[in-house]
Amino acid sequence: MRWLALFRPGDWLILLGGGALVGLSIPMFWQGGLADRAIIRQEGQVFADIDLKTRKQIEVPGPLGNTLIAVEPGRARVVSDPGPRQYCVKQGWLMRPGEIAICAPNRVSVQITGRTKVYDSISY
Amino acid sequence: MTQSVTELTVTPEDRRVAWLATAAVGLSLVDAAIPSPLPGVKPGLANIITLVVLLRYGWGTAVWVSVLRVLAGSLLLGYFLAPGFFLSLSGTTLSLLTLGAARHLPVRWFGPVSLSILAAFAHIGGQLLLARLWLIPHDGVFLLTPVFAGAALVFGTINGLIAAKLLADTPATDSPR
Repeated sequence: MRWLALFRPGDWLILLGGGALVGLSIPMFWQGGLADRAIIRQEGQVFADIDLKTRKQIEVPGPLGNTLIAVEPGRARVVSDPGPRQYCVKQGWLMRPGEIAICAPNRVSVQITGRTKVYDSISY
Repeated sequence: MTQSVTELTVTPEDRRVAWLATAAVGLSLVDAAIPSPLPGVKPGLANIITLVVLLRYGWGTAVWVSVLRVLAGSLLLGYFLAPGFFLSLSGTTLSLLTLGAARHLPVRWFGPVSLSILAAFAHIGGQLLLARLWLIPHDGVFLLTPVFAGAALVFGTINGLIAAKLLADTPATDSPR
């Protein structure tokens, strides 16, 4: 291959070093890694702690009624909630560690956690 | 014709810088025309010219060509003095400084590819730094670092190879036509 002849020995070194740098930057900047588990709380008590590899729906009873939470591989969301303003439903899918959807009126929350705990919570 | 008061003498060096800067600006335009999935991820084709100039005519000429390219390129693309202009300038400054240091590496071992990769990393580093300090003062900017760094590595290598090929294919003449 003619292009390979253009590489000099040190170039490979720099290329490898650069590759290592890129590789290292991934865990460094994407701390917390991938979403691992969804923690569902009711009245502040852990109601369910679900592995984000499964696919299921969970009904969480609260003072206003049932909050329906859907868990899919790598993400979770509040499907329906009896609360008046529907903030937690509108938040949509939660995918990054630390993200949380809080259905305050019904006192239910869903939080995503990763391997390492970086932030208490992330909301937008 | 009236005699001009100030005489600007154009040296062959000036002509060379102008030609090379023109080529670099042309490549900047090509760069801008290539659709990119993410703002900031660009091939940076004009850096090929910077590398060739650096290795053939020295660091001073490379600085001239790069700065002229950033100026003229931003005027043509309409982002002169806009945030993108300063990002471009900070990236170019840092990559020129890096090239200035890296060209003293032993030539037998480190070729254009090395210089290109180092410059690409410096370029994105300078841009991220300015973006963090000025445009988006929040560490969230750095979330995209792995993507930018990966792109810098890939495009840096490709540009370095192209520069190496150009240098190998064209004999070193003193003034390009």
